[in-house]
This record gives sequence, C-alpha cells and structure tokens, in this order.
Amino acid sequence: MIYREAGQFKTTYAADQAIFPIAQDRWLVLAGLVLAFVVPPALASEYWLQAVLIPFLVYALAALGLNLLTGYAGQISLGTGGFMAVGGYAAFKITTSFPALNIVAVFLLSGLAAAAVGLAFGLPSLRIKGFYLAVATLAAQFFLVWLFNKVAWFTNYASSGTITAPPRQVLGIMVTGPEATAGTRYVVALAMVVLFALIAKNLVRGRIGRSWMAIRDRDIAAEIIGVRPLRTKLLAFGVSSFYCGVAGAELVFLYLGSAETLAFDINLSFLVLFMVIIGGLGSILGSFLGAAFIVLVPIFLANAPHLLGLGLPVALQKQIELMIFGGLIIFFLIVEPHGLARLWQIGKEKLRLWPFPH
Amino acid sequence: MSQLYALLVGPFADMAGAPLFLVEVLIGGIASGLLYSLVALGFVLIFKASGVFNFAQGVMVLFAALTLVGLLERGVPAPLALALTVLVMIALAFAIERLVLRPLVNQEHIILFMATIGLNFFLEGLGEMVWGANVKKLDLGIPDESFKFAGVLLNKLEMTAAATAAVLVAVLAVFFQKTRIGRALRAVADDHEAALSIGIPLRTIWVVVWSVAGVVAIAAGIMWGAKSGVQFSLSLIALKALPVLILGGFTSVPGAIVGGLIIGIGEKLGEVYWGPLVGGAIENWFAYVLALVFLLFRPQGLFGERIIERV
Repeated sequence: MIYREAGQFKTTYAADQAIFPIAQDRWLVLAGLVLAFVVPPALASEYWLQAVLIPFLVYALAALGLNLLTGYAGQISLGTGGFMAVGGYAAFKITTSFPALNIVAVFLLSGLAAAAVGLAFGLPSLRIKGFYLAVATLAAQFFLVWLFNKVAWFTNYASSGTITAPPRQVLGIMVTGPEATAGTRYVVALAMVVLFALIAKNLVRGRIGRSWMAIRDRDIAAEIIGVRPLRTKLLAFGVSSFYCGVAGAELVFLYLGSAETLAFDINLSFLVLFMVIIGGLGSILGSFLGAAFIVLVPIFLANAPHLLGLGLPVALQKQIELMIFGGLIIFFLIVEPHGLARLWQIGKEKLRLWPFPH
Repeated sequence: MSQLYALLVGPFADMAGAPLFLVEVLIGGIASGLLYSLVALGFVLIFKASGVFNFAQGVMVLFAALTLVGLLERGVPAPLALALTVLVMIALAFAIERLVLRPLVNQEHIILFMATIGLNFFLEGLGEMVWGANVKKLDLGIPDESFKFAGVLLNKLEMTAAATAAVLVAVLAVFFQKTRIGRALRAVADDHEAALSIGIPLRTIWVVVWSVAGVVAIAAGIMWGAKSGVQFSLSLIALKALPVLILGGFTSVPGAIVGGLIIGIGEKLGEVYWGPLVGGAIENWFAYVLALVFLLFRPQGLFGERIIERV
C-alpha cells in the first residue's frame, strides 16, 4: 500500500501467522470496523440502510457460507436458497414457539437446523462429485422450497403462507419486527457477519480448512495422505449450511421482515453463487466484495439512467440487469477467474512497489 | 396402518382397477419424457464434444422459441421464420465459440460451467429484451385436443411432439454414426488431442456442435411452446433435463432418451397416484429426488462411462 512495512520484524510464529501481519493493515481494519459500527446507524438514511447495507451484510454471510463449501472444499452447490429457507423457517418456528428465547440464540439454532439438513443433502457428495453433485443439490433446492410451501405447520397455518418476523428485544432494544429501526438491524447484522467472518477465516487457515482444500485440489491424493473424505466433506456441508441458515434467518428477520417461499427460490441460489464467483472462489474477502458488487449493480442500473436523463421502463431495466450480470460473469471468468479478491490483491502488490516498478 | 396402506398398496390397487387410465397416464408420461429427452439431448451433444456442461441449454430452448414466435408475430411466413431461427441459433453458436469458449479454452470444467450460467442469464435478458417478456402463444395448427384410440384417450399435440422427438433422435443417431462430421464429433468427444493431431479442426467442431444443440433447442422450444406457451418458465422446465442426464449419464445419447422416458413416466405416476397423499405438486422436485436416490447406487448413470480415477 501507500505506507511502508519496513522494520516490522516477526519474532514469533504467532505474529507471523496473524490474519493481518502488517501493523498498518491491522489498525486500518480495526478503524474501519469501528466506523462501520458507528457511522452508518448515525448518518445513513433509511434507504441506504434498508436497500444497500443490510442486504449486503445478509448476502455476504450467505456468500461466506457458500464460499466455504464451493471455494474451499470444492463442492458445487446450487441449493443455497433451500438451505437459507431452512434457516428462515426454523427461526420463525423457534421464536414463535419460545418467545422468551433471545433472538440471537434463535438465529444460531436455526443455523444448526440448516446444518442438519445440509448434512443430509451432503451425503451424496461422498459418491458423486462435480456436475452430478450440482444437480443433486438442485434436489435440495426444489424439495425444501416445496416442503415449506406445502406444509402449513411451518408457517403456523398462516392463510397467506408468509412468515413474518415477530417483534423481539435484545437488552431492551427492539431488534426485529416492524418497530425495529433500520440502524439497530444493521448493527445486529454487522456484528453477526464480523463474528462469522472471523470464525471462517480461522477455520480455513487451520487444520479443517487445509483438509477442505486438499479434498478440493485432489480428493484421492488427500485421502491417501490421511484426510477422511466422509468427515471432511460432510463438515464442509454442515458448516456451509449453518452459515446459509443464519443468513436465511437474517434475510427474513433483519432485512425483509416477512417472506414467502418465493424469496428462497432458485434465483437466490444463483445470486449467491454469482457473489462467490465474482468475488473470488476461496477467499473470505471475496465473499464481501462479491456481495457488495451484486447488491450495488442493480441499484446503479436503476439510478444511472436517471442521472443521464433517460427514463428506462422497469421491465427493460430488469432485462438489461440480467444481461449485464451474465456478461460480467463471463467477463470475469475470462479475465480473472479468481474474482475481485484477486484483483484487489494484484492492486495491493502494485501499490506496494509504487512508484518504483521493481 | 391405514396410511401405510394408502402409501404402499392403494396406488397399485388403483392402477389395477383402472388399466385404461393407467395406460393414459403412461402415455402422457412418455410424451413429456420425450420432450425432456429433447432438451437433455442438447446437453449431451455439447458435453460429449467439448466437455462443457452447458447450463444455458434451457435458456437456449426459450431463446429459440421466443425468436420463432417473435418472427411469426411480425408476419413472417412460418417456413421462413423457421429458417431464420435456425440461422439465429447458428450465429449464436459462432458467437459463443468466439466470445466464451475460445478465451476459456484449457480452463477447468467448473469455470466453463459457471461461464454457461453467465450465458444463461445473458440470453434470458437478451431474449426478453428483443422479443418482450409476455407469455406468447405458439400455434402450430395442431389442435390441443384428444381422441380415442382403442379405448385410450390420446392428445394430438402430445402425439405429434412425441413423433417429432423420435424422428429427431433417429436423425441425430444417423448423423453421428454415418456422416463425416458426425464421426469427427465423436472423435473429438473421445480425445481432443488425438482428434487435433489427425487434422480435425476443433473450433469448427465446437461451432457445429453448438449449432446442432441450437437446432435441437428449436425443436424442443416449439414442442414445449405449443404445449404450455412461450414464457420464462420454459427455461425452468428445461432444468428438469438435468435429472434426466443424471439417470442416463452425461455422455450417452440413448441414455438421454431412456432417462427422459423414466423421468417422464415416473413423474406422471408419482403425481397421479402418490401426489394426493402429500398435497400434490410433487412434479417440481420428484425428478430431482429420483435422480438423487439413483445416484447413490450408480454414480455414472445408466449408460455413462465408468469413471476411473488415478492420482
């Protein structure tokens, strides 16, 4: 970066293995986090919080989950929407059955429920891989959405078939429901995503993450050196579904407020997959960059024509959005298959040497 | 106990009680199964020749149908419209080869797969932007009505569709077995490098195979479009070709046909006899779960090549 890291010597292995080994990075990230917690709730408008920041955080969590599975463990999943639906509906059932339970605990429990379902649908991954697995996860997507649609028990027999986030408090502050302010919901979502990103980062640089990557790079070789495919793959499915489940619960409780199964259809699975591809497969940072990109592009497309003085009909806007999404994905795969995270890394390397080329 | 009876015995008792109805259900299943096969064929062709799992095949079906209907709506006579649609699909094949496949040559399969997902969205947006997103009717002049044959109720449209699919499959089989290009395609499918070394132009082959897949997509688009209208859900129906592929194996043309029939029949039987027990609409996922269960026992599909792995 612009700053120099000369003179920072590592005297312990722990210091060498730190997530941010450079002191300036550490302080910048910390300062950025503090600002992220303080500034938007105080300054950002309701629109920015509700339309940009909260969906960004929720999607980032889902993308993190899928990235653990697809980017790190190498198992393609098209069932993200289904697992998120499990999280959303589980959270709704748990909190309506036990209203006194802390809502954060409800989120975690619904993550566990999603993890259990993820484990079940991850079982075929032991015998099948690659494209076959992708199709198998489609079974999870369609079956789960159908199940929540058909069985009225999941919606507490609501005639409309929608689940609505009930009002719940944490420490006397309204966190979910119609009375919760966007600022509060933003802070809760941010705290969750920071916590889970930290856990994910530590997972992937430890033993578990290495065994995932070994399976991804060459599963048979990994098996020979003693990585157990059964446990490793299932763990990846479980952890990934846990993340997706929590993200699904947040999607309903913190972002949308109420949802039908339509919110969890196959398009959601693709959306999260795109975040992971565009952001960067096998990168924690990439999950955030991809989520930001996918959330911002439609908003940009909705507003850019107005700035230029053109009024585009909504349908046309939607179609252009689809084309740009598709085109960008192909473009990214051609130019940089490792996504925005890799571009960020290259930029950093360049800046590190700047203004000298060597 | 009574529930077990309803699950395990009741449906079979129903089948035995009304054999003619059973035959009707079976024929309906075969008809829709052949349509699935048509879509699955497009996948198999491309997968065999280039190793690309073309997720966009479903949208290619939609795109072809939209183009055809759009041309017909603008007063272009039917044969000309069909010819133009074929040209559009061939042009599309050229564009895909030039803009997507060539820059991504030698990338991993998963990257190519994701590129076709991108293609999927691009074509969907393009098709709807050019031709409009509203549901269109595709009138083939074949009435969607039923007639009795040997006491069994048959649907004219479905029968025509089934016959077309059968003819198309036969033509493709001959094309693959007997013609020069067909042999070149099979050579490329077997081994890219060996095919290159004996002088088969890989790029041309890719264009040809995507064009053929495009033409198959037109046929599938016409049939599905005539049955349920040309609309976005067409590409979702086409997704059902995926379990068909799993059943049949990714690399087998006969597998695509047999897989399609199994899925079509299984789905109809499941919906008619077991669907009411669980609240209906199981057609959405039945095929996938069937394929999933099947995969556990035979990961390479019915006719797929056995996967032998070495480190």
